[in-house]
Amino acid sequence: MVVCCKGSALSRLWKSKDQQVQQLKHYQPQNSKGGGNWRKKFLFLGILLGVLVSIWIFLSMNANIIARRKETLANMCDERARMLQDQFNVSMNHVHALAILVSTFHHGKNPSAIDQKTFAEYTARTAFERPLTNGVAYALKVLHSQREEFERQHGWKIKKMETEDQSPVQDDYTPEKLDPSPDQDEYAPVIFSQETVSHIVSIDMMSGKEDRDNILRARASGKGVLTSPFNLLKSNHLGVVLTFAVYNADLPPNPTPEERIEATVGYLGASFDVPSLVEKLLHQLASKQTIVVNVYDTTNSSAPIKMYGLDVRGAGEIHISNVDFGDPLRKHEMHCRFKHEPPLPWSAITTSLGVAVIVLLVGHIFYAALNRIEKVEDDFREMRELKVRAEAADVAKSQFLATVSHEIRTPMNGVLGMLQMLMDTELDATQQDFAMTAQASGKALIALINEVLDQAKIESGRLELEAVPFDVRDVLDNVLSLFSDKSQGKGIELAVYVSDRVPEVLIGDPGRFRQIITNLVGNSVKFTEEGHIFVSVHLVEEVKSSCDFSNQVIRDSEDGIGMSYNTLSGFHIVDRWKSWENFRMFKFSTEASDAINLLVTVEDTGVGIPQDAQSRIFTPFMQADSSTSRTYGGTGIGLSISKCLVDLMGGEIGFVSKPGIGSTFSFTAVFQEGRKNLGDMRRHHPDPPVSDFQGMRGLVVDGRCMRAEITKHHLQRLGIHVDISLNSKSALSGILEACNLSGAGHLDMVLVDKEAWGEGSGLAFPRLLAEFRQNGLMKPQENLPKMFLLATSLSPTEVDDLKSAGYTDTMMKPLRPSMIAACLRKALGVGSKRQREKGQAMALRSLLSGKQILVVDDNAVNRKVAAGALKKYGAEVTCADSGKAAIQMLQPPHKFDACFMDIQMPEMDGFEATRQIRSMETKVNELIKSGEASSEMYGNVAHWHIPILAMTADVIQATYEECIRCGMDDYVSKPFEEEQIYSAVAHFFESGTVDSVS
Amino acid sequence: MLGLGAARLEADMNRLMALLFHQGVLDEQFMQLQQLQDESSPNFVSEVISIYFRESEKLLKNLRSLLADRECTDYRKIGIHLNQLMGSSSSVGAKRVRTVCLAFRAASEHNNWSGCLRSLEVLEHEYCYLKTKLHELFQMEQQRVMAAGARYHPLLS
Repeated sequence: MVVCCKGSALSRLWKSKDQQVQQLKHYQPQNSKGGGNWRKKFLFLGILLGVLVSIWIFLSMNANIIARRKETLANMCDERARMLQDQFNVSMNHVHALAILVSTFHHGKNPSAIDQKTFAEYTARTAFERPLTNGVAYALKVLHSQREEFERQHGWKIKKMETEDQSPVQDDYTPEKLDPSPDQDEYAPVIFSQETVSHIVSIDMMSGKEDRDNILRARASGKGVLTSPFNLLKSNHLGVVLTFAVYNADLPPNPTPEERIEATVGYLGASFDVPSLVEKLLHQLASKQTIVVNVYDTTNSSAPIKMYGLDVRGAGEIHISNVDFGDPLRKHEMHCRFKHEPPLPWSAITTSLGVAVIVLLVGHIFYAALNRIEKVEDDFREMRELKVRAEAADVAKSQFLATVSHEIRTPMNGVLGMLQMLMDTELDATQQDFAMTAQASGKALIALINEVLDQAKIESGRLELEAVPFDVRDVLDNVLSLFSDKSQGKGIELAVYVSDRVPEVLIGDPGRFRQIITNLVGNSVKFTEEGHIFVSVHLVEEVKSSCDFSNQVIRDSEDGIGMSYNTLSGFHIVDRWKSWENFRMFKFSTEASDAINLLVTVEDTGVGIPQDAQSRIFTPFMQADSSTSRTYGGTGIGLSISKCLVDLMGGEIGFVSKPGIGSTFSFTAVFQEGRKNLGDMRRHHPDPPVSDFQGMRGLVVDGRCMRAEITKHHLQRLGIHVDISLNSKSALSGILEACNLSGAGHLDMVLVDKEAWGEGSGLAFPRLLAEFRQNGLMKPQENLPKMFLLATSLSPTEVDDLKSAGYTDTMMKPLRPSMIAACLRKALGVGSKRQREKGQAMALRSLLSGKQILVVDDNAVNRKVAAGALKKYGAEVTCADSGKAAIQMLQPPHKFDACFMDIQMPEMDGFEATRQIRSMETKVNELIKSGEASSEMYGNVAHWHIPILAMTADVIQATYEECIRCGMDDYVSKPFEEEQIYSAVAHFFESGTVDSVS
Repeated sequence: MLGLGAARLEADMNRLMALLFHQGVLDEQFMQLQQLQDESSPNFVSEVISIYFRESEKLLKNLRSLLADRECTDYRKIGIHLNQLMGSSSSVGAKRVRTVCLAFRAASEHNNWSGCLRSLEVLEHEYCYLKTKLHELFQMEQQRVMAAGARYHPLLS
């Protein structure tokens, strides 16, 4: 059994290992089948072994029982034999004593002291001493010569023992009927006898054959001698006769047999009735019923004479014990055997049967277990196969979706393009409407297909993320501007906050990051009717340690009392901590590296997600319920895509939502920190020129500190120093104080929220200020700060009231730095001289107009295009077709303001040309500096450094670094893009123009 | 009558452009090129394109001769030529020509002569197609200008 267990366990172990290593091998099934057979063989072997063991147990127990029985028999038999022998010896000793008595008192005395009467009386009274004898008698040795005298003396004839006819001794045995003894050499007539055997008086013992032998042997040996068993006279019982010889007194010591015969005077005989004797003995012993006892005379070993015993057929083995009755010539044996057959060995049978049953039961259990294991393994194999097939089907589905979506997109683009062209033709109003509807539907379809394509790409694992530098704040501003129309239309607050600790430039996939946020904000906008949507971006580490961190925006805003909560819009929101408390990054400390872990939270005060739908919100095509899609539209694929994208970015997404209160979605994403000012950064806008507002001071007046904090955040991004006033009184005093101060404390702007202390209350703020002034508490002064109103929505009448109320302008929320900057610029007049608000093209034109620019390119087409593009912005372009020509033309003094240089040119490439130009310039600069050449010689320029911009088609980091290394200032990618030229050129020319203007 | 013809011509041009865009023969760069054309340089696009054709034909001829002999082919030179062709093609927005150039360059980097030859054939085919279509376009443009000129600026023509 143990072997069996071990075998199966081992094979199971081996198998499981095997399965882990070889998931999909085809020979696996055969292997495990083989293993199953082996286990079964082991099992049957084990059962067989168990049965054999039970048989062995039976046999050994049985043998044990038989041996014990034999031993018991032997013990009992020996005990009986010993007792019989002892009692016989006692009797024999007594008979011997009697012989000596006769010798002493009959022959030693003259006249004899014993006569028949005395003898009979004495022997009768001492019979208890000889329990085994039934009688003793004394016969005298009478020679033939003495016969007559003896017969005469006793008055009777010596008689012969047997009658003539040799018939068996009769019951009515009387000595009188016996014949007189014939003549012989000598006679042994009985003269004394015990009462019980008085019939043998006068019988010649020598005439009986047995007795005669006995007498002869007894007188020769001088010891007690036994006859072989024979039927005793009269009693007709089987018996033996013990004979002792009686010698006269002058027997020499150590006599020879002849001397003994000579000295013999008589014989004392005692008859033993063996059956009754043994019977009596056995009656004294316990358990006489269980065994059968037989006593044999085995003097003649070939024909033993049975002396005692019943003819009952005993059973089983015979045990033989020797019995010594003191006569060396005679051998006696006692045979014992059990009366009954040995009982069945029940204990052995039950024990072995029990073991066998247990073995079979255990075997059955193992067999069942093996069968079960086999079945489970079969099932497992089947399941695994099914799983592989299911996965394959899933991948196939995703690939199919991807392919089909892609294939649909191409013709759809054609349809849309044609529709666009159709709309450009002359259509009447109805046709235009139809076409527009068709186009809108087409666009919706394209959007859906794009989403499906994304989903499919993600599922089939084909989506790969970019790793380019980007600005998180830009991305968020972008998303906000996308939804500003909708949020303004609905009148909900939309705000974004990016923690200061988030680096400006990150490396990652801005498109996908934007997609996630757009999706989340889009959902929030869709499901929010009033209140706010708030997007915040923090570092994970920052939030983790924010227990002791005093950032107003992170800190939970659940401490609001009453109806107004300390949130963006005063509405109650869910506990957003819960949305990220299960994130991995929060549970485990992140490994220290240059990875930036961002936590983005989108919180809204919308309808919330029903509890029962929350579990399947990230499943594709699952909306909260079917009525959602009826009410709000959409496919419900967006969240699932977002989740996949977040996973790809190494983050997690989570949410918490309460119906009627709102939802908060949070996700983390891992980015790398990027270096600032990378030339190949993808710029959505040129950075708002921060310098314009640097050092200005502003005051934000808002009763709600969250909102004020966010306004402050955006203003700070523009470099404005901001204070916050939470109530009108402190605001007024702040303004007052600032007006009285000059210089450092000067206040440039006051931003008042329209709903600073409740519906429309912000509108009334300037009136308070005016009243304040009228009360004479404040001297009328010129430098009153400009007032701005922050609003989510404004009715036309309110717009009209603004100016009269004292506001300079309105900023529509959501706040974006570019928008704030534009508004401030307009109101404060900063930067107006550069006409930046008229757009980049104009800005570029103003920057480039009249500038002398050298374009160096060996490719005539590129040269022409670059020249054309720059000319468009009013620059005067000169072309050079090789690096050498460029060096020639850029030898100081020259008239050029900038140089666009192609990198890949034959003979001398852009890097080399730039290097040579720079060395040339350095030489000239040194000459001027050392005074060896006056600056007049070089066109009145004290320091020559022409901005050189590389033009290249391959925009990779290595190229950028190489450009900087060889002395180039920046680079633009081919083909030209307006924005890029602007941002590159502005860098060089702005400072120049400012210098020249100021 | 003439004005109507100009409108039709313009529609035809748009259609042709849309077709070329849809086929991927041209890309946005061509549009940008068109935007660069204004009063100060009325023939800017056609000038650029004719320079492009001139240069490209030279390059194609060179490539053909470089690939004439299988044994002594200078793949480095081919690479330089291809870079030039690619640069000018991306400048005018000849998207398909550029794509074929990319494949060609990959083949030349692997010193795959037969691949180069195949690419060259495709390249020539693409180039011819582009040339025909652009010629067509310019012809229409010219007709349109003439028609428009006749319509709006009778004094100028």
